[in-house]
Amino acid sequence: MTFKTLAALFDELPLHDGMTVSFHHHLRDGDAVMNTILEAMEERDVKDIHLRASALFPVHTVAERLVAAGRIERITTNYMNGPLALLVSKGSLRGEVVMQTHGGRARSLIDNERPVDVAFLAAAAVDRDGNATGREGKNPFGSMGYAVEDALHAAVTVIVTDTVLDEPLTNPQIPAREVDHILLVDAIGDAQGIMSGTLEMTKDPLGKRIARDAVGLLDALGIFRDGVSFQSGAGGTSLAISAGFNRILAERGLTASFFSGGITRYQVEALEEGLVERLYDVQCFDDVAVASLARNDNHIAISASRYANPKDPERIIKDLDVVILGASQVDVDFNVNVTTDSYGRIIGGSGGHADTAEEAKLTVIVAPLFRGRTPLIVDRVRTITTPGKDVDCLVTERGIAVNPARKDLQDRLREQKVPFFTIEELQDICHRFTGRPAETKRHDRIGQVESRHGTEQDTLHKIKGE
Amino acid sequence: MKKEIITGSLESSDCLIRVAPADSLEIELETVVREGYYDHIKKLLEETVRAEEVDRVRIVCQDRGALDYTIKARLRVALRKFKEEGHG
Repeated sequence: MTFKTLAALFDELPLHDGMTVSFHHHLRDGDAVMNTILEAMEERDVKDIHLRASALFPVHTVAERLVAAGRIERITTNYMNGPLALLVSKGSLRGEVVMQTHGGRARSLIDNERPVDVAFLAAAAVDRDGNATGREGKNPFGSMGYAVEDALHAAVTVIVTDTVLDEPLTNPQIPAREVDHILLVDAIGDAQGIMSGTLEMTKDPLGKRIARDAVGLLDALGIFRDGVSFQSGAGGTSLAISAGFNRILAERGLTASFFSGGITRYQVEALEEGLVERLYDVQCFDDVAVASLARNDNHIAISASRYANPKDPERIIKDLDVVILGASQVDVDFNVNVTTDSYGRIIGGSGGHADTAEEAKLTVIVAPLFRGRTPLIVDRVRTITTPGKDVDCLVTERGIAVNPARKDLQDRLREQKVPFFTIEELQDICHRFTGRPAETKRHDRIGQVESRHGTEQDTLHKIKGE
Repeated sequence: MKKEIITGSLESSDCLIRVAPADSLEIELETVVREGYYDHIKKLLEETVRAEEVDRVRIVCQDRGALDYTIKARLRVALRKFKEEGHG
């Protein structure tokens, strides 16, 4: 059924206290849908809400208010930052916060863990039959990868959109048969807001040096060959590595098989220059990627399950050769934290970090050795997002470390005469600048980091109130 | 009353130091790395003041993640100006 007002839709929905509602984050910091829906739930006095969002951003001010008011009881998500994350870190939720991975979220939806009562999914457009897409419309955001399993497995699926197309959609990412209701709104948000975070190559000399050394490391390890597959993030250093990767492909006349994950203009340029055969796009990070998805047949939108679900036999990342990932902390056992800062405050989350690290043949972490005075390398990370067994190399501006479990890589680097340190040596170099931090206390449990397989990876603790 | 002496800034990885006359040595520290480094930085400030042989001074340090050499340099310059103006 199609509704033109929130009130008419909410009269039809099976609302109850303690219900689970889900959202995707393709509009990132430009999303208006979650705020609109949560306000309507508040108006209907729905209590003890379980918020299952694939990610949460500073734009989600209503979620922040409803957490403070105790109306949102628990949160399950893959990533959160900003004021809401701070509030959660201070222990404001009555229930638990669960930090999943992108692949783990898809797996858990399919396995009916923490089942969703109503999924409210922003679409850039629907056709007259109710097929939904992210590619066309007033606020196009590209791939709808993180919404597909919600649409398939929620008890009720509501598509929220601001555009109805006259022409039928030929390749909708969410087919009409999965859609129960459509809500028409003035605007699903501001598609420009998807470009939040750094989407430019780093200009910082430390970042540039890390990028140069990371590309050099890949070269020494023999990564550059026809058919290589590669993924990196959208941070400034990662983008510089992507650019360096493309440059070597071009110089040597090589063609990569695929790039995966969140897609930016750097991957699109490689596709259009014939440096890579296919892009597997679970999420578009900029408007160039959005436009390319509509134009290039080999730029393929995929679901979160197809991307990274450990139980999906077709998952793209099982064939991934190399992934480049960031870190807020790394410990001497190569465990990586991207969920909290050094003191336990939630500042992000796995997203696809733990998924790709486990599956890729080579996982390289890139990060500065210290930020301000805060050391990267610690005895034990505050929060384990990705276990050390899945991490192979660390590249900092002052040196490279290789996981001792990867003797093959160490041997190869020795052959190639590429210098590297033990991680303890890198930690000592760091401490010469920063000093060794004092031990910090952990406070009450507020939730957990869940591995992609559904087990508890680590505990999240309350930070001291300020 | 003489105006206080200010060095440094509140930029990330820097610190702002304010120095003013007092009856005894007072050090106030606010830092973004309080949990890991409060005692470390406090001790560094104390050692630096001692080395400059100043003891009737109030020092306020607002630290934004500066490394030791930055904090030391900011404080030393502030204390030397302070002495040039006839305090200490």
